[in-house]
Parts: sequence; C-alpha cells; structure tokens
Amino acid sequence: MTHMPPFRLPAGGRLIDRALQVPFRFDGRHLRGLTGDTLASALLANGQMLMGRSFKYHRPRGPLASGAEEPNALFGLGQGGRFEPNQRATTTALTNGMILRSQNCWPSLEADIGSVNNWLSPFLPAGFYYKTFIHPRPFWKHVFEPVIRHSAGLGRAPTDPDPDRYEQAYSFADTVVVGGGIAGLTAARDAADAGGQVLVLEQTAHWGGRTPNDHDGGQMAIDALLADLRARDNVTMRRNTMATGLYDHGYLIAREALADHDPNQGIPRQRLWRIRTGQVITATGALERPLSFACNDVPGVMLASSVRDFIADFGVAPGQRIVVVTNNDDAYRTALTAVAAGLDVPAIIDARPQAIGDLPDAARRAGITVLTGSGIAKVKGSRNVEGVVICDQSGDGTPTQTIECDVVAMSGGWSPVVHLYSHCGGKLVWDDAQAMFRPDPDRPPLGADGTGNVTVVGAANGDLRCATGLEQTEGATQPVWVMPANAPYKLRAKMWLDFQNDVKVTDVELAAREGYASVEHTKRYTTLGMATDQGKLSNINGLAVLSNALNQPIQATGTTTFRPPYTPLTLATIAAEAKGDAFQPLRKTPMHDWHENHGVSWEPVGHWRRAYCYPRGAEDRHAAVNREIMAVRNAVGTLDASTLGKIIVKGPDAGRFMDMLYTNMMSTLPVGKCRYGLMCSENGFLMDDGVVARLSDDTWLCHTTTGGADHIHGHMEDWLQCEWWDWQVYTANVTEQYAQIAVAGPKARELLDRMSGSIDLSQDALPFMTWAQGDITGIPARVFRISFSGELSYEIAVPANRGLELWEQLHHAGHDLNITPYGTEAMHIMRAEKGFIMIGDETDGTIIPQDLGLDWAISKKKTDYIGKRAQSRSHMTDGNRWKLVGLESLNGDVIPDGAYAVDQGLNPNGQRRVQGRVTSSYHSPTLDRPIAMGLVKHGPGRMGQVLDFPMPSGEVMQARIVDPVFFDKEGGRLNG
Amino acid sequence: MANPLATITRQTGLGMITIRADLDRAGDAIAEGVGLAIPDTAGMTGDGTRILAWMSPDELMLMLPAAETPGAMTALEQALTGEHGLIVDMSDARAVFDVTGPDAADVISKLVPVDAAAMPTGHLRRSRAAQTAIAVWRHGDGFRLFGFRSTADYLELILQNAAIAGSQLAPR
Repeated sequence: MTHMPPFRLPAGGRLIDRALQVPFRFDGRHLRGLTGDTLASALLANGQMLMGRSFKYHRPRGPLASGAEEPNALFGLGQGGRFEPNQRATTTALTNGMILRSQNCWPSLEADIGSVNNWLSPFLPAGFYYKTFIHPRPFWKHVFEPVIRHSAGLGRAPTDPDPDRYEQAYSFADTVVVGGGIAGLTAARDAADAGGQVLVLEQTAHWGGRTPNDHDGGQMAIDALLADLRARDNVTMRRNTMATGLYDHGYLIAREALADHDPNQGIPRQRLWRIRTGQVITATGALERPLSFACNDVPGVMLASSVRDFIADFGVAPGQRIVVVTNNDDAYRTALTAVAAGLDVPAIIDARPQAIGDLPDAARRAGITVLTGSGIAKVKGSRNVEGVVICDQSGDGTPTQTIECDVVAMSGGWSPVVHLYSHCGGKLVWDDAQAMFRPDPDRPPLGADGTGNVTVVGAANGDLRCATGLEQTEGATQPVWVMPANAPYKLRAKMWLDFQNDVKVTDVELAAREGYASVEHTKRYTTLGMATDQGKLSNINGLAVLSNALNQPIQATGTTTFRPPYTPLTLATIAAEAKGDAFQPLRKTPMHDWHENHGVSWEPVGHWRRAYCYPRGAEDRHAAVNREIMAVRNAVGTLDASTLGKIIVKGPDAGRFMDMLYTNMMSTLPVGKCRYGLMCSENGFLMDDGVVARLSDDTWLCHTTTGGADHIHGHMEDWLQCEWWDWQVYTANVTEQYAQIAVAGPKARELLDRMSGSIDLSQDALPFMTWAQGDITGIPARVFRISFSGELSYEIAVPANRGLELWEQLHHAGHDLNITPYGTEAMHIMRAEKGFIMIGDETDGTIIPQDLGLDWAISKKKTDYIGKRAQSRSHMTDGNRWKLVGLESLNGDVIPDGAYAVDQGLNPNGQRRVQGRVTSSYHSPTLDRPIAMGLVKHGPGRMGQVLDFPMPSGEVMQARIVDPVFFDKEGGRLNG
Repeated sequence: MANPLATITRQTGLGMITIRADLDRAGDAIAEGVGLAIPDTAGMTGDGTRILAWMSPDELMLMLPAAETPGAMTALEQALTGEHGLIVDMSDARAVFDVTGPDAADVISKLVPVDAAAMPTGHLRRSRAAQTAIAVWRHGDGFRLFGFRSTADYLELILQNAAIAGSQLAPR
C-alpha cells in the first residue's frame, strides 16, 4: 500500500479512498487503482494517457473529458456474457478485478496497423465513401459494402448471453429535478417547499456537480442543501440515475445503475425507471467546449475542467507541466488548482485581448504567466503532448514562441446541456453575449394542458456562474471557433471537431462548399456528431464552423435534433424482466402438465402452447400424427380444445346483434342447438369462424378460433360501444373459465356411456349440432355434439379447475378402447380430409366466404350483416376470383403448402402468370395419399383439369382439380 | 439482504362472479342481492368475507369464498329478474396471488404501471403486470393481484423475480 503509481498526487482527491486499493487488468497488464476511481482516473494514475484509437484514422487518443461527454476513452469491459463494448472510462466506476480491453486497434493499442489510415487522411475527406463507391453500381452491394461493413463499428458486440438481471420500475412525482448540482438541489428545495412529491435524479454517484471543485465553500453549501432535502419526507434523492429521455405528457425515462460491472452483489445490474411527472426541472449543467487548434487531438490535450476534476476528485495529475488555453475566466481555475497541487503551469494562453478580474488576478498572483491575445498554432508531439507553439490569436499561426508541456488544458467556453429540454419539443435561442444556445423561456416543451412542463435552471439555462452566492465575478467569454482566427488550410486540416468520428474543420468547410447548407445534411455527410458520444463536444463548434463557411449567423444554421437517449442504454434494461422463461407470458391450459408428462411435442399458438402431437418411443412427429389420426378414425381420441375462444352474448337485443356479427342467421337458432357461423370484417373479409350454441332465450355462446378469442371479443365490444351503444347486449369472454375436451371417434359414445352422468348422449337425445347440460362423473359439464374431425364427436366443457380430472377419467375409462390423445396437427389433417376450412390457412385477410364455397353459410334473407355491403362490391363479385377446390397430386408426392399454379404467358412485369395456390397440403393417413386444398381461378368449374406447380428446383409438380371433400362426403360418420 | 422483498403466495378457493348491468337502474337490486353497497368508480366495498369491486361503468366483480358462489349466483339472478344483465361465474378463469411483506409495493411498482405506494385501501386497479392483464388492490400486509389462470406460472415467475433479495426501490 506504500507504493503509489507515478501520477497519483501525494494528497487530495475528494472522491477516492487511499486506504482501499482496487486491482484491475488493462490489456493484460495488472494495475491498481483506488476505491472511488473511475477507469479514466485509475489509468491516468498509472501514467496511461493513451486510451483509445479514433474510429476513422485510428489516431492515438487520450481522455478529453471527465464525464458523459467523453468521446475517446472507450473500452471493452468484462468477459464472456458480461463483455460490453464502448464503456466510457470517465463515467465507469472501477471495481475489483475489472478487465479492460482497448478497442479499434490491432494488434495493440500501442502499435495499431489501422493508423495507416492516418497517413491516407488527405485522401479520406468527408463524403469520400459516397463519392468513391458510387460506380460501378453493382460494386456497392457486392464489393464495397461488405468490405466497409467489415471494418465498421466501434468495439465488438458480445457473443454470449448476458447472465445479469435487469429490471424496470414505475415512479410518479409532481416534480422531477434532473441534476444534483447546486442549481438542481436549490430548485428541489424550492419545489419541495411548494408541496408535492419531488424526485431528484443525479447521473453520478456524487451530489454537487461542479460546485465543490469550482467554488470555495462549495462543498459546505451542497452539504447544507442535502441535509435540508434529506430531512423532508416529500423528497426522494436518487444517485447513479441518468435521465436519458423525456417524452410526451411528462414521461421521463431514467437508468439507475445498481450493481454495474459488479455481478457479485447478486442484485439487478441496472434498473430502468419509467416516471410520470407533472413538472420537470432540468438542472443538467453545461459541457465545456474544446478549442479548434491544430493537433488538438493529441493525447494530453484535455478540457480544462476535466484536468481540474482529475486533480481535485481523484488526486491524479494528468501531467506535470500543464499549459492552459482559454477564451474565458473559468479555465483559470484549472491553472490555480494545478499550481495548488504542486504542478507546473508554464502559461495561460488567453485568446482575449485582455484578462482582468478575480480569477486572472489570482493566477498572476500565483506567479503564472498570462499571454493574452494569444493562441496555440500547433500542438507538438504525436502520441503525447510535448509542447505547444504559440501565436497571435488574430494572425495566421506564425509562431511567436514554443512552450514545453505534457498536458494542454483547453476551454472554448461552455454549452448548456439542453438535451432533455429539447427531446420533447423545447426550443432554443442563440445567446450572442455568451456564445451559446440556451432554452428559450417562451417556447418550452408543453404538457397535456398546453402550458410548459419543463423549466430549466442553472448552467443548463445559460446561468454559468450559478453558485447561490459563492460566485466570483468573471469576464466575458469571447467566441473562438478557430485558433488562430486566420489559420491556413494546413492548420485547419488538423483541427478536430468530432474526436470519435475524426471530423475536422476542413471536412465541415468542404461540406459547405459542396452545397450541404442544412446542418442535418452536413451532419450526415461528414458524420459530425454521429458517434457514440452523439456530438456532445463537437456539436456547437461544428455549427459555428459551418455557419462561418456559409457566411451566416449561427442561429440561422440552427442545431441538429437532440434525440434520446442522452447516454446509451443497455438493451437489457429495455428488455428488463422479459428474458428467459419470462420472455413472454406462456399460456397454459388446465391439462398442460399432463401433456408435458406424456411426451408432448408443443406448438406455439399465440401465447398458448398447444399439443402438436404426442410422439411415443422412437416415433417422429410425422409418425405420431399418423398414429393419432388412425386412432381417432378407428377408435377414439381426445383433443385439448380449451384454448378455443368462448364468448357469452346476452340481452334483449342479442339475437339482432348475433345476426349482424355472423353472415348467417343466428337469431333463429333454437335453444339447445348449435350452428356453424362465419364472421367477417366490415370490409367483407372472413375473419373468424366457429360453432355458436343457443344457451337460452336471450343468451348465445360463441366459439371462436384460439387466436381470435381476444380479438373477436374486442370486435364485439367495439361495435356495441361505438356503433350500437343503445342495443341491450352484454358480452363476457369466458374462454379461460372452461376446460374443453373433444372426444372424437367411432367409439366416442361407447366411452362416454361408461362414465356416470346425467346427460343422455344417444343419437336421438343428442343428435349432431345439439348440446346438453348436466354432469359427467359429478363434474358439471356442457356437451356439444359438434365435430371438426368428421367423426362422431362430443366437445365437453367443464370448469377449468376440473378439466384435468375429466381428461384423466376419460383416459382411464377408455384404456381398452385405445383412447389416444391427439394434437393440433392431427386435427388439421382430419379437417382437411373433410374439406373444412381453417382460418389462417384458407384465409389470409383477403379471402371472402364466397371464395371458399361457403355461400350456404351466408344468409340471403338478412338485410344486413357486418361485411355484407363490402361483399357486393364489383371486385368481390368478380367471377375471376380464385375459389376453393381440392387438389390431387398426380405423382403421389405432397405439394408444398403455398405453391403457385402457373398460367400461360407473362404479366406486365415479365413474371409468369399464376392462376392459383395451395392453401393446405398434407399426407392423409386415412386415405394413404396426399391431399390438398387451394384457391384456383374458376376452380369449381374446372374439375378434373390438371395444374402445373413449378418448384424452386425446376421440377414441375402436377395436381388435378377435385372436390375439396376427400373423406366421408355424406357425413355418415359424424352423424353416427 | 437475504430475504426477498415480499412473499408471493398463490391463493385458491376464491369465487369470482362477473356482473354486468346498468348500475344506475339495477344497483340497488344488486346491492341487496349480494349484501354489499355498490362501490364508487375504481372502488371496492366489502364485509370481511365478500368484496364487490367496480370494474367498469357497467361491470362489477363479486369475490367471495368459492363455496358461496352458487348461492350468490342464484341470488344475483333473482335480483336481476326482469332487468337486462349478465351474471357469469369466472372463478376458474383466474389465478390469484398475494404479495405480502414490508416491500410489497416495490414488487408491484416493478411490474405494474401504477403508483403502488400511494394506492389507497379499497381501490382496485385494472392494469397489467409486465405483459399480462391483471387487477390489483391493497390486501392485508401488501397486495392481492389476479390475472388469467393460463398465465399463472408467468405471473408467479415475474413476481418472484421482482422480489429478489436486495432489490428494494428505496434510494441507495
């Protein structure tokens, strides 16, 4: 513990604990930091200034900033499923045993082959790709794009699943204050005084923002505010919580880091807060701007405020000889902090003609040389700063002197952080006096009542000196967009605006010359501000350069759009609980576990899992399905039909309503009987089908498809609530109240007769398409004599809690009858053998009942039903519509589902004309041959004709048009 | 740290009857039929064993011990004689969970977009828990919540996950 790394200062560092060392690994090297360090401060303490390579030219880069705006110091963190690219060194807390990998370099950060791009940089100006790779046209897709894609992207995406847990939480407040600096805390106190729940969010682990480092007595002022706020029960204070986006109606998204990069805590790693608030107060502070001088990207050139943060917060000296270059008074604080820490400050280079006031005076008193009216012509050194060449700011860069140094602390003024304010429509004004965009108090984002719901305080509002009385007087900032003012091309071509994407002053000027007058176009042409830092540092400098090039004021250029998130969000926090077994709700029927225990092969149907089949032993799915079908055709089988939709429709106007819902007449259905019905959308298209049972004089039970249950219930309520609100009808979706079991096969009645019960199941008492109520082995039941398999079939509905009991009793009682559970595929094939249509197979949203030969189910007597008018339109009555037929494969092979039948000639697009397609196609075990249904032009009138179905292989399959009912056309079995 | 935020317990034996009627016209008859006052919007009334909850402007839900369900169905049918209404037994369509313990509100707040901590007693909220529909209200030392029976396993899993030890919502 006695050994301190070379750049750790002997004293100071308000955020670190010198007693607690933290080992970590960086590109294989074992290093040590301290508790409280960020990755950046820990690396700097170890003398590691080189932290990354730029994206395009692979230039060596060190940290520029100390916060969320950092463009350079990005690392791959962690290993395996916990590996994450592009983690910001300046905002990531160092944790024990952390493993850092440098990015965008090969073979290593120190010796990167890709930096060859740097020598090529004169040949890689803005728009290079657009211009170079445009011809010949086919080359883009096949040559250029794959190569560029290969070298694109910063960092590597992880390949393993993320093992960590994430969560979301909902929160509600009257006021949310974003930013825990002095302005935010003060605003929070005032809001709390005014009443209501106040939530304060701070992105870092520490309260106070810049105030403790920038103002004497700052920490005391912060502590006093914190004590006040913590004593209030209407104030909640959350640290490590980044407000990333503000949306309509006061909806604020924030990410709380709970156990970031520290899986050992065993708690969720991050939490996404979804906050509804009445008012938002943004106290998001300001970001310091870089200055544009030649070679301002050499490692060791840093923002002045970040240099003093590393010294004051972490007791780390970024360098030993620090030159400060500025256009404002604030940067003098850095010089004073450095000198107080025992570091050498050979000069402050101030672009302004004069520097007077408290801070410059203090600097001069401390013995620091202040060179006014001066600028940096050039930074010396390539992998690290070796010195600066000084010039007159008003000149062309002619050197006046050279100063040796290892760090340049630059300050080009400050830009308010207006992102959150702007996300939801807040407008900005250009403040010429302070050279910044700041929120326009007359045009804030508006809440639901049309009044502003975001107020901005402190530096975020342009009040840069804000420190509740601790301020010193400061001289005005002088805008400096290029240093020196008349720098020639050679220098401007080395002035970086966007450090991560390697966009320079000359690139933006080139864009302007080539006609990119709109800032949004220039952004995309040059990639200015399009990197993972989203241009937090480059934005304003880029706008200013563009404005100068276009010879217009900055406000005429405007800003690019501020879009959430403010800093990147992990996809995992957005997914939150929805992963693994909780990815989606998996709906289970009352017999789900029985299926599971009997070797089921599942089929997802919406959120349900339905039994596709039950393979036995070495059986594959195909063999299992065939066996199940033969069991039903020859003996008896059971199908879990619980997922079918069941909707009660009741009331004095229910009959009238049913007649509107269905294409056929339902009001005349006698009590105790069932009727198959079709439901269409108001555009006439077939939407759902199912059997309706009349339960009583004023009550109907509608069965829908599995997928249609919720949708059809919604459809009914839509018509009742919006169109026929004066009809006396109530509906209830009782789908989940009942377990429903289809007992089908020639021995179905024999099986059910073995079970005690009060229902007479004989053909006379309960013929096809009737229903009865009573009990089966003491379980209250409704029995519907309906059939989708074409066999003698009873569908039995019992209370869901007793479904499993009935299912097991059936299987117990039917053991010697070879009772067989069958799944959805057997059901599908059996209905196809019978020529029954299936919603989603024979229909696809463009099919009307008439296409399917279902005219018998469309009432001619009714004056109206939903879809009737649409079905009378010319296109719907067109005789050329494709209609349902059966298809018989000529060579005995199953035609692929969806295959198209071709016609003669080509269409106007030069494609082969088609005249039909296959909608269902199976091997029928009952008939031991392929069967298919399809829609064919003039199909029903073309029985016996042969159609050609070309396959992707070039082979042509042929099928004969036949009747779609392949099995038991007379219906003797289901009436048996 | 070792204890979960709340205890998640599946409840069975609860009867549920959906009542749809014009509450202005039939409210008195229903109140008499079930022995409870008609609740206000989003409210609940109860007598310790039965709860009558407001579900929508023309829908109520009666919750009661399962054994009392058939009797209550009959009483309601009688109360609504001559009146347009719908009485349906939905007892089997639901899965019911109790979320109990000092941090139960945190568990609810992670899954349900409601201000759980501020939710008053006697108030029923129809909402969603993560991706499935639920209703939730204050009950005993926490909350009672029900959803569709088919999603019971999903509900139990997300509730357990949200209750993981150490994940309290209180600022740290």
